[in-house]
Amino acid sequence: MTEALSLSGIDALYGESHVLHQVSFNLNAGRVLALLGRNGAGKTTCMSTIIGFLPPRAGEIRLFGEAIGKLSPETISRKGVGFVPQGRRIFPSLTVQENLAVSRQKRKGVAMPWTLERVIELFPRMKNRLQQLAGSLSGGEQQMLAIGRALMGNPRVLLMDEPSEGLAPLIVAEVGRTLLRLKQEGQSIVLVEQNIKLALGLADEVVILNTGRVAFSGSAGQVRSDQALITQHLGVF
Amino acid sequence: MSRAGWVALAAALLGFPLVGGEYYINLASQIFIAAIFAASLNLLVGYGGLPSLGHASWLGLAAYISAWMSLKLGLAHWATAPLALLATTLVGCAFGWVSLRATGLGFLMLTLALSQVLWGTAYRWVSVTDGDNGLRGLTRPTPFGISLDDAASFYYFALAITAVAVWLMAVFVASPFGVALRGTRDQARRMSALGHDVWLIRWITFVYAAFWGAVSGLLFVYYNKYIHPASLSITASAEGLLAVIAGGSATLAGPIVGAVIVMILKNYVSGFIERWNMLLGFVFVFIVIFMPEGVVPGVRRLFGRGMRAWRSRR
Repeated sequence: MTEALSLSGIDALYGESHVLHQVSFNLNAGRVLALLGRNGAGKTTCMSTIIGFLPPRAGEIRLFGEAIGKLSPETISRKGVGFVPQGRRIFPSLTVQENLAVSRQKRKGVAMPWTLERVIELFPRMKNRLQQLAGSLSGGEQQMLAIGRALMGNPRVLLMDEPSEGLAPLIVAEVGRTLLRLKQEGQSIVLVEQNIKLALGLADEVVILNTGRVAFSGSAGQVRSDQALITQHLGVF
Repeated sequence: MSRAGWVALAAALLGFPLVGGEYYINLASQIFIAAIFAASLNLLVGYGGLPSLGHASWLGLAAYISAWMSLKLGLAHWATAPLALLATTLVGCAFGWVSLRATGLGFLMLTLALSQVLWGTAYRWVSVTDGDNGLRGLTRPTPFGISLDDAASFYYFALAITAVAVWLMAVFVASPFGVALRGTRDQARRMSALGHDVWLIRWITFVYAAFWGAVSGLLFVYYNKYIHPASLSITASAEGLLAVIAGGSATLAGPIVGAVIVMILKNYVSGFIERWNMLLGFVFVFIVIFMPEGVVPGVRRLFGRGMRAWRSRR
């Protein structure tokens, strides 16, 4: 199986404070890896390190075998790392259509490239909102736009930082269905989630971080059946 | 704006010299120059979120280069105009490279510092710039053999250049590049995570804005047939910034309306009261209090509110 994304021995620091210690994990192509952990465990820092906002102090990050740890954020994005940030971070003063258009990247060898039409098909409610300013969308719609925006870049690996955060249960379910569909289409995904139920329902592999270290790494089935592991590292289920 | 609105505006602009007196025609020409200047600054301030306090560099530099080449080298206008634009744009490339080390307040201070260097040079390098005397004895060009020495023909010349300039800036803003520029203003880090080179987007915008600033500088020196270091001063840069903010940044019409306000106060009102700067200050304070977003978006908002109130009363 091809390794889509691999981290080996990643150390990351904010100034003097050491946040990630020797973090290693692998994501195989077409699989979903859930990155779990309590608040402050280093999940978001891990994302920042992969997308180049916080270059690792030590260790190696590889995208389909190519080292990307020392590249700039824009180069990493162009190599094929897509990112749905926590808190959505859409461009509020651009229209929905402009938000999607500005994120478009062509990629060679993609069987079904993402286009405006395909994103609308994935999120039908965007259709009547294309000319609306993105800042005026509801939280759920903004989340869908943030996902659509990341997809427009035709990512080879999609990173998602808490896509269900702060959303109504119905919308969470819709986000879950979207992720499942992306998975079925063969999209490689790293999913950071506080909603453990949602994450375990989708993931093939699970990595649990605790105070910046990998505390567990294994299959999602293992985690689902091990209540003690969940209580120990993630708190109440 | 509706089609009828555009036709009416075009008719008003084209017909104005037939009804307006020479004083007002000249005032309108100066407004056109200020409008190009403010609109080009708005690319940085409004669409890029990069407040510059050194935009007078481009107006002054292009004007000085054009004046110097025609006076000291004896070159004709057909040669000085493109050379002045080219040289100014190249300096814009360099200044942008330095200024865009920073954003926000740091960017503002760097643009101010660099423009002060030019201002100081214009004052002190007397052998080239004639210092405080300024460069005088210039002429206006004669495109296609048409003299621009009377007020109306210069008005049409300035109107044509302004129309092209505003149109090309509107195209720039509406293009995919313009969308990306607005994206860097909203969420710069997000743009880089989407694969955009934020620095490059800002730099290209800086250079483009410098180019149009230079165009306004050529018109300025053609109009006045004279250039003085004051055109490179912080006051000149601040006036442009004032026009952008008062009119409404990040709108196409805003800087033009702002330029109208500033130029009318500067030229017309100063004929009646000496302290026109004070009045400009009051007007600016009034705008910021009642329409903090600027006159154009502010009037639009108040008009919309008025229409709704009127409808609900019926």
